[in-house]
Amino acid sequence: MKNTIELTINGEKTEAMQGEYIVDAARRQGIYIPTLCNLPGIKPAGSCRICTVFVNDRLMTSCTTPVGRGMEIVTESKELDDFRNSVVELLLVEGNHLCPSCEKGGNCELQAMGYRLKVMAPRFPYQFPDREIDANNPKLIKDHNRCILCKRCIRTIFDEEGHHIFAFRYRGHDLQIIIDPTYGKNMTDEQAQKAMDNCPVGALLYRGIGFSTPIGKRKYDKKPIGSEIENKRRKEVLS
Amino acid sequence: MDNANITGIIEKYNNDRTRLIDMLIDIQVLEGYIPDETIPVIARHTDTSEAYVEQTVSFYHFFHRNPPGKYAIFLNNSVVAQMMGREKVARAFEEEAGCRFGEVSEDRLIGLFPTACIGMSDQEPAALINSRVFTRLTPFRAREIIRYIKAGKSLEELSTSGYGGGMNASKLIRSEVRNNVHRRGPILDENYKAGDILRKRIPHMSPEEVIWEIKLSQIRGRGGAGFPTGMKWEFCRSAKGEKKYIFCNADEGEPGTFKDRVILTELPELMFEGMVLAGYAIGAVEGILYIRFEYKYLHKYLEHVLAEMRKKNLLGKDIAGIQGFDFDIRIQYGAGAYVCGEESALLESAEGKRGEPRSRPPFPVEKGYLGMPTVVNNVETLCTAVKIMKFGSEWYRSLGTKESRGTKVLSISGDCRYPGIYEMEWGYSVNDILDMVGADDVQAVQVGGPSGNLIGPEEFDREIAYEDLATGGSFMIFNHSRDLIRDVVLNFMNFFVEESCGSCVPCRNVPYLLKQKLEKILGGHGVWKDIDDLEQWTKIMSINRCGLGQTAANPVITSLKHFRALYEEKVQRGKSFDEGFDLEKAVAESCKVVGRIPAV
Amino acid sequence: MSKRKIIATTSLAGCFGCHMSFLDIDERILDLIQLVEFNKSPIDDIKKFSKHCDIGLIEGGVCNSDNVEVLKEFRKHCDILVSFGECAIMGGLPALRNNIPIQECIEEAYLYGPSVEEANEKGILPNDIEIPMLLDKVYPCHEVVKIDYFLPGCPPRADLIWDILYALITGEEVELPYEVIKYD
Repeated sequence: MKNTIELTINGEKTEAMQGEYIVDAARRQGIYIPTLCNLPGIKPAGSCRICTVFVNDRLMTSCTTPVGRGMEIVTESKELDDFRNSVVELLLVEGNHLCPSCEKGGNCELQAMGYRLKVMAPRFPYQFPDREIDANNPKLIKDHNRCILCKRCIRTIFDEEGHHIFAFRYRGHDLQIIIDPTYGKNMTDEQAQKAMDNCPVGALLYRGIGFSTPIGKRKYDKKPIGSEIENKRRKEVLS
Repeated sequence: MDNANITGIIEKYNNDRTRLIDMLIDIQVLEGYIPDETIPVIARHTDTSEAYVEQTVSFYHFFHRNPPGKYAIFLNNSVVAQMMGREKVARAFEEEAGCRFGEVSEDRLIGLFPTACIGMSDQEPAALINSRVFTRLTPFRAREIIRYIKAGKSLEELSTSGYGGGMNASKLIRSEVRNNVHRRGPILDENYKAGDILRKRIPHMSPEEVIWEIKLSQIRGRGGAGFPTGMKWEFCRSAKGEKKYIFCNADEGEPGTFKDRVILTELPELMFEGMVLAGYAIGAVEGILYIRFEYKYLHKYLEHVLAEMRKKNLLGKDIAGIQGFDFDIRIQYGAGAYVCGEESALLESAEGKRGEPRSRPPFPVEKGYLGMPTVVNNVETLCTAVKIMKFGSEWYRSLGTKESRGTKVLSISGDCRYPGIYEMEWGYSVNDILDMVGADDVQAVQVGGPSGNLIGPEEFDREIAYEDLATGGSFMIFNHSRDLIRDVVLNFMNFFVEESCGSCVPCRNVPYLLKQKLEKILGGHGVWKDIDDLEQWTKIMSINRCGLGQTAANPVITSLKHFRALYEEKVQRGKSFDEGFDLEKAVAESCKVVGRIPAV
Repeated sequence: MSKRKIIATTSLAGCFGCHMSFLDIDERILDLIQLVEFNKSPIDDIKKFSKHCDIGLIEGGVCNSDNVEVLKEFRKHCDILVSFGECAIMGGLPALRNNIPIQECIEEAYLYGPSVEEANEKGILPNDIEIPMLLDKVYPCHEVVKIDYFLPGCPPRADLIWDILYALITGEEVELPYEVIKYD
């Protein structure tokens, strides 16, 4: 293997490729670090913070931190578990997540993370924010109630010349996603579909189809998010 | 709106979208606000989308999307302003103007807006009116100002106190702001002669020797984080990049800090000389002074100082006769965002974007402004560097404490007789300082601003130093008449709610939830569990990306640590559950709508 | 056999779907009846508490004054209260109205909604003193009284209800399988 470096993950010595992010290095070893805003292959945003791990005893987001020689990485601890649950719980109370009426139910990564982390109910008070559903775009419906502000749409959907179609507006507690009035109108069907597919929740919906997969057959109905990564490790250990 | 004027502004900045903030500021000067129609024009000319422009515009609170009135009054709502009678001043403004805060008067003459600390904590309550500063406001003055505006007086005629001392009175500033410098040391020394170091010392030293001297001095960054300056310069010098930049961070957004404002007013040459010195050391060709929008009133003056320095060959080509040492400085304004004081957010902002802190690594010294190696130093750090070069690192190391060399310029405000600027060697105790400024009956001191530490008398023997109580300069004093939770902690949390960029999940949400909890406790609905919740919830803040986010719960954390009893006396005894549900209130509206008497 | 635990259940602003799911435990209901007796509950149609209960299951959020009263009564008569279902936990679908002004809600329901437009010619708004008063929003149960446990789902899966009830009744620890925790 070219340019590999040695490091330790959860006490086990292992190798990683120079330049890759911790989260990816861990995944190749069959260790799943929860992520929400991250999309493999896209420049990380590091905004949801759920992938935070200990690197040499310091808290770092594993999706933005490249591996380094001799790093001692810890991905599992009680404290990290609590941070992860907190992030999910904060997101659940921040918006209006009415799962039973959401087209993305069963395929939603926020929901899946809640299931995986066994979040029964958030410890924080529900905010019931007054948010709108924006149906101005001919291809997409944008439901602010469900948006977790992960920036995936901003980071992945551009027109052919590289213009941003999605962007943030305002800041802090008022933060929201906007669609460019001009470039957004000219979005292709592929772009709109990609925007919906990349959205971890049901905030961006490609018009015309919904609830097409029955309950029980959806992505996260039976198998936890991340299990495909961990199963790989399990298989290797068994063999 | 005249399109030609707008495109003229955009062209002035070479249609360069990294200069978006400059364009927007100019457009706002021209139009009074940023009209919707300008957004597509900017987008088209800078080859970007409207959404992209919108995301920058909407980030900064001094950009108006609607006409803010001919006179836009931004009244500071910082903790010290509140303590000095801000609410009464606000009511007087409202009554006389005929509109509420957040609104514009019907005749479009006056707009009233709240704003975070504007760097005038030693002369509060203070306000910005069309970028001009008005300090020491009283209800009488507020009413008078509105009457004068209605009578058609000019902005300058609204001032009645005459000009503040020092350069504030100069032709180019003409401001009623006072310097209130009560203690000078080597940094604030009045016998500074601009250019001495550049002319006499630097020509005989290599950049590496300059860095070595700075490293020997052991100076640490003055913004608050305390990173060794020499190391920063060295990293940047050795980083690869076709161009390098030195930034001076004059964002000074930490509530209660105003020392940079005084340095910018009285010793701008010293700061600029420090930038040139740093530029020489790291091999930069350009320096950028990133300065908060609140200090726009210094604009003409600072440009003038730069022009004079160019005339004297302290900027420009072959500076001070050093062949090939070309360096110049430009001024970059912010537009109202505390988070831009964080160095990577500052760089984002200087690139015309939202002030969202970057992930590290890479660090700015490797990949900073426009992706090039960049040093960001605080105003005071750069000033200090010049003095170190003048008097030597050995002299510098003789001042202060082992971990904190030299002096620190403190901004002292709140309940004391002589608020203002004090330059002190590091290592004085809080008690010494309280003694010095004439503070009695002190209940608590906030060291280092809201992101710092709230401490009580049992800790007043602690020292101001990186190894004990670190501070970027803010030092606020509260006497026993203050309700620390209501007047101080809640105010700070409101500040952090307003100023979070919103990128990180915990920072976007937790301060808001903490604020709700505080309000619940202050509203008489608190139970013991609420105190536990406050304590637990603050822990989540440690996973935020930047220094702002990681410290935004500090008001709650440090007040709980040092003043827990104040919380305990506010929660209900013998009650373990109270979520504040009030049946009578909850049914009032629906009963009114259907026309029945509530039976509760 | 040790003393049977006493259970009470109710549906506040809910659709009874959670109760239906409860019945979905199928033949295990025979085991359950060995372990518990029901008191106030639609399952046995006991209308008023006649005993102090061990466990109270609350379906639905709190949308009117009657819900508040019932919920408070449950808190008074039950040692353990469980919010079961999304509505009890976070208001659920009824909470869709939480950002719509009350006036608009009432007018839509009684004056302008498609099904009432012509029926209510006199424009009467129900205001009899006997009718429960509408709250300004739908509240999660734990914002009105202390709730001890939460069972998510719309409805909570029968297996989850069974597992949790069994644990509460027997005091044994329970390891919940992945499939039973769902929010829809």
